[in-house]
Amino acid sequence: MPRRDDLESILVIGSGPIVIGQACEFDYSGTQACRVLSEEGYRVVLANSNPATIMTDPATAAATYVEPLDREVLAAVIERERPDALLPTLGGQTALNLTMELVEDGVLEAHGVEVIGARPEAIATAENREQFKAAMIEIGLEVPPSGFAHSLDEALAVADGLGYPVIVRPSYILGGSGTSIAADRDELLGVATAGLAASPVGQVLIERSIAGWKEFELEVMRDVADNCVVVCSIENLDPMGVHTGDSITVAPAQTLTDVEFQAMRDDAFACLRRVGVETGGSNVQFAVDPADGRRLIIEMNPRVSRSSALASKATGFPIAKIAARLAVGYRLDEVANDITRATPASFEPTIDYVVTKIPRWAFEKLPGAEPVLGASMQSVGEVMAIGRTFCESLQKAVRSLEQGRAGLNADPAERPFDGLDDETLAARLRRATPERLFEVESALRRGWSAEEVAATTTIDPWFVRQIGRIADERRSLEGSSLAGLDRARLRRAKRLGFSDAQLAYVLGSTEAEVRASRLALGVRATMKTVDTCGAEFEAYTPYHYATYEDEEEVRPSDQPRVVILGSGPNRIGQGIEFDYCCVHASMALRAAGYETVMVNCNPETVSTDYDTSDRLYFEPLTSEDVANVLDAEARASTGAGSVTGVIVSLGGQTPLKLAGSLPPGLVLGTSPASIDRAEDREQWNALCEALAIPQPKGGTAMGVDDALAVAAEVGYPVLVRPSYVLGGRAMEIVYDDHAMRRVMTALADGLLAREGGVTAERPVLVDRFLEDAVEVDVDALRDRTGEIHVAGVMEHVEEAGVHSGDSACALPPQTLSQAVLDQLDRHTRALAEELLVVGLINVQYAVKDGTVYVLEANPRASRTVPFVAKATGVPVAMVAARLMVGATLSELRAEKLLPVRSDDPGHVSVKEAVLPFERFPGVDTLLGPEMRSTGEVMGIDRTFGLAFAKSQLAAGTRLPHDGTVFLSLADRDKPAGLEVARSFSRLGFELAATLGTAGYLRDHGLEVSTLVAKIGEEGLAADAVDLIANRRVHLVVNTPRGRGSRADGQHIRRAASRHRVPCLTTLAAARAAAAGIADTAGHPFAVRTLQELARRELTTGPAPR
Amino acid sequence: MRSRRPAAADEAERQPALLVLADGEVFEGEAAGAPCPVATGEIVFNTAMSGYQEVVTDPSYAGQVIAFTTAHIGNYGTNAADDEADRPACRGVVVRDLTDPPSNWRSTEGFEAFLVRHGIPAMTGVDTRRLTRHLRDRGAMPGAFGTAAEGELRRAAAEALPTDGRDLVAEVTTAQPYQFGTGPFRVVAYDYGVKATMLHHLGTLATVTVVPAGTPADDVLALEPDGVFFSNGPGDPSALPGPVATAADLVGRVPIFGICLGHQVLGLALGGSTYKLPFGHHGANHPVRRLATGHVEVTSQNHNYAVGTVPGTEVTHVNLNDDVVEGLRSLSAPLFSVQYHPEAGPGPHDARYLFDEFAALMAGA
Repeated sequence: MPRRDDLESILVIGSGPIVIGQACEFDYSGTQACRVLSEEGYRVVLANSNPATIMTDPATAAATYVEPLDREVLAAVIERERPDALLPTLGGQTALNLTMELVEDGVLEAHGVEVIGARPEAIATAENREQFKAAMIEIGLEVPPSGFAHSLDEALAVADGLGYPVIVRPSYILGGSGTSIAADRDELLGVATAGLAASPVGQVLIERSIAGWKEFELEVMRDVADNCVVVCSIENLDPMGVHTGDSITVAPAQTLTDVEFQAMRDDAFACLRRVGVETGGSNVQFAVDPADGRRLIIEMNPRVSRSSALASKATGFPIAKIAARLAVGYRLDEVANDITRATPASFEPTIDYVVTKIPRWAFEKLPGAEPVLGASMQSVGEVMAIGRTFCESLQKAVRSLEQGRAGLNADPAERPFDGLDDETLAARLRRATPERLFEVESALRRGWSAEEVAATTTIDPWFVRQIGRIADERRSLEGSSLAGLDRARLRRAKRLGFSDAQLAYVLGSTEAEVRASRLALGVRATMKTVDTCGAEFEAYTPYHYATYEDEEEVRPSDQPRVVILGSGPNRIGQGIEFDYCCVHASMALRAAGYETVMVNCNPETVSTDYDTSDRLYFEPLTSEDVANVLDAEARASTGAGSVTGVIVSLGGQTPLKLAGSLPPGLVLGTSPASIDRAEDREQWNALCEALAIPQPKGGTAMGVDDALAVAAEVGYPVLVRPSYVLGGRAMEIVYDDHAMRRVMTALADGLLAREGGVTAERPVLVDRFLEDAVEVDVDALRDRTGEIHVAGVMEHVEEAGVHSGDSACALPPQTLSQAVLDQLDRHTRALAEELLVVGLINVQYAVKDGTVYVLEANPRASRTVPFVAKATGVPVAMVAARLMVGATLSELRAEKLLPVRSDDPGHVSVKEAVLPFERFPGVDTLLGPEMRSTGEVMGIDRTFGLAFAKSQLAAGTRLPHDGTVFLSLADRDKPAGLEVARSFSRLGFELAATLGTAGYLRDHGLEVSTLVAKIGEEGLAADAVDLIANRRVHLVVNTPRGRGSRADGQHIRRAASRHRVPCLTTLAAARAAAAGIADTAGHPFAVRTLQELARRELTTGPAPR
Repeated sequence: MRSRRPAAADEAERQPALLVLADGEVFEGEAAGAPCPVATGEIVFNTAMSGYQEVVTDPSYAGQVIAFTTAHIGNYGTNAADDEADRPACRGVVVRDLTDPPSNWRSTEGFEAFLVRHGIPAMTGVDTRRLTRHLRDRGAMPGAFGTAAEGELRRAAAEALPTDGRDLVAEVTTAQPYQFGTGPFRVVAYDYGVKATMLHHLGTLATVTVVPAGTPADDVLALEPDGVFFSNGPGDPSALPGPVATAADLVGRVPIFGICLGHQVLGLALGGSTYKLPFGHHGANHPVRRLATGHVEVTSQNHNYAVGTVPGTEVTHVNLNDDVVEGLRSLSAPLFSVQYHPEAGPGPHDARYLFDEFAALMAGA
């Protein structure tokens, strides 16, 4: 069955902002799908609120709506575009849920929109746990014993019947959010209450716990003719009980006999057929009892997923791309396998290597969240590594994480584990935590038996024994010297995945010596190919990984090549924005005649799609692994071909940190020396002084005494931050000596010290903190001739003190005077010139009382680049990449990559951060200098108010149009808060306030209808938490006291977060919200495509007031 | 207190070994399995990711050394239920990483112990991907491996026999007839090296009399079977003039179903030809189109030879990777056969309907 010709336009819904459980894998999938559908000649209409995606590049779809993913907004899109079909299976849970809402609302039926890929009935069967369970039992598959509950009483009855422990899973949720284990009745009460609240349909599934069973996933595809294939089997190293998104996972499955595997395959297909997934990819999860092989089906996702992205990268079989083709009528056997070209996609990939995925968590950024893994996903990113053996891939994955580990122990960071006594270690092994893997190795190295470790951890003995091989190898190397190792010994260690840094640590040598020594003995990395077929057929796709074998497979090239170093795993502070920049660099350089070589280890991304660059090396971003790639590329150079250079400035801090290990001549763009000048405090101060650019006063400190001295000199409050970190890691505003001592002590030890806390080379920066200043971000481009293009000036909504990544911002700036704008422009140009930037520079400023202070400059791509590009229509990262290989701005204007004139865009763009607090109920939602957002959304409209309201809706906050606003303000905020309260009052809102705030408002003539008690004031007035829980207030404005306990008001913020009442923690945000509510009052949002905006076709919605 | 483990270093204790191909290509590794200074055979690669025990015990591998492309082999051990024959018929096993001890509730013996018990030599630590690419480009070829010196292995590799023109069925066929199964039909199965899973499926349809490859047609017909089955088996069909003549004798007189070597023997018996594939099909992921419905089956395959054109038949199944004929049906006689393995073991279950079709053929006759 060929392409469906009865369809002309197809609506694709993206997954929106990066959140825990839904990350850039949906940009990868969605981008592939949009491209395929466009290639097939369909008009693709895309809706996605996330500006930092390749998917929302104007070239990816015919009509791109960067608009909130909300049922009403999508209805408006459908109304305008009248698509023939909607493809809901590529935008994660978000797109599935929205599709179901649109079905319920009758919007699709009203406009004759056909849902393709997965029919609504199929989505309902898969997503509704009750229906799913019934369907599976109907076809003879076993499911975990369970029952449904819609109330607390029902929950108790079900759980009592099943026996404890039980798992409580809310229906229709994403990434296991709200899923918890209850060990007894008492725990169930709390867990079931939360679960019922989390489920959009108020339903929970209560399952008998099968924690400790083996966990498997099959990635399967089905076409319209019922051809089914398994693309990949995945085995979880962490057994049932740890969410699969938080589990270390391995492909292919390692411990199933063929008899068991084929039975599981049959079950997966039966499940797909029963659920009714007509075309596309699905993920089916199973639990297997290690004692007798009993197999239960856990769940299925009738869409592409995080696992399908992993499976695509693990096998080379592009699931999303093929799913898109199947959705428009093709059959698997009508789609060619890109990699072999000769064979069709109706086969099952076989792989001759092992793939390991390890999640990356961000517990260090979320004080109050306990770093224990469970049924609810908490990781913010992941890495994947490919090796010829499990040991090799595991160790490569560990060093890909960039958490200061050179591999599975055998590095200085192993000491804390080795220092534990046996009993403590055993106790820790029982709990799944991010560190357990290292504890397993430490226990095995002590001589514990694999059986004992397996029994303690419930990790399958096969994996434990493999880790034991690493422990044994390390023990056998101890006491040897580098000189004493022959080729066979070194080769064996490298084949078990040991890095040169680990070997140097164990052998008492240096990394450079280990490398030199093994290269002299002929022990070098060879590049193998990911080819879907175990080498049975010739592969044409240059997708490589390094291992220690006989033969290398990189094809020779006689072209100039640029190596682009990617940004590694997603983490808070460094996410999809940097992948976007790397992908754009690859696109721009390929278009300019270069071959591009991508190095990255993040399986979720577009950069690690084998289609993105001319070559892909799926490798950790360490100096050793990157050197291996450069060596392989040098060996593969023929004729005039050579590596022109390496781009290190588009992937965030990760590649930048590697700049020093590269041959200096190869670093493209701004020189490493300039990067140091901006980063090194002394040099930076001298530079600012020479340029006469004001800075907040400050100094550097190596210890507590230094820090106290600096603070005494510049005066409190001060901002304290370590150097060379991203995302405001450990950054704090300090108001007194006592707090300073606490902060400096924390920086000196533990995890923080490892990440780059206080050392002589990396001192702590202590600066005067400018309270109430407006923060501004500027991104600019400079070419080798010195011409400068200011790409974007962004005014932050939240005042200085909130990390720029967590703050909303507007482009163009909304409140800055021309004089201030002129200062910003002048300073930015002076800095770019002085640093001899070639490419991008980002400068952060604080504006206070008309003076522009520079806070920091980073001569590299910043997180704001994709937002600037979307807001202005200028492909900033592409331009930067071209500048780095020598093009000039005037040449790029001639090519039309850059507009000749930069006009006012004619619309306002607002970026809003998306925070993960829903996942971490114990964490304070107060914004501060440490970044905690996982993603961002963009709102675009004619006025700031409209754009801000859209950005809030896109971030999941529907601003109320009436009701009660609850204000609880710090004393210093009261004067300004009065104005905000007045605006809300004018808009018709009732006011509620805590006693102090209420008194102030009443004194100034405002009516406060509800008095709210603070902690310790019970009995006098209404309880804040009750008001919020009962939805008697509709918007909360809670600003903390600048000085003293940050915990003040925390119970209010937590309650708001738990009950999903919008909560603003700065007056600036409250002011913006009032503007948004005013501008949107009584009107639906008007929607426009990026393509229209680029043509200046502006929204014609309601006239702003 | 805790059981302290000795610092076992398996990998350090293995003896170095070499694999030398007939064209002189050399591969490094370590000796494993049954001790053997020089083992020889035709080297073939198998791409299945699970089912090494079934593969190693498949009698069709007689005369061959199996190189697995999957990195880790041995993970889940072995068990009696997964044997495809009493003993392996292959000449050796080459892997990237032999992992012992196993982890699986079904396992009763580690894979290496199993190899040792059956006297099968093995080699581990080999760059099997390089080996696969070499065989893919140059074709399956004989080779020798073991702990002997390189020169000795080179001589052995040069002298080692390919499977072409050799009757390897004689090595693996049953010496005496025996009964199997309890199904309603009566089937006689020619054992050219029949797999246990195949018999298991036939046994649910029929009471099966398994007979030696050389059993004359009249003896078979004397058993008054509802159908005759031609099994899989090793090697070159053109080296089996006896079985081909016997098959020709039976065509048209009784419903017939053939698999793999049985399919090739029937192809020759019907006047068709066979040829050797460059490196064969050995794996569990080959897409085959069933022409009657257009449906694609993911199939288990293990053959080096294939059937060309056969007069008086229609092609029923085709390999989508390389268009090799995967299934035939006679236009005049009650007969059909497939090149691939519908019984699986190891492999996907997509084509098990063929056993039902055999039952239907017998019922209709």
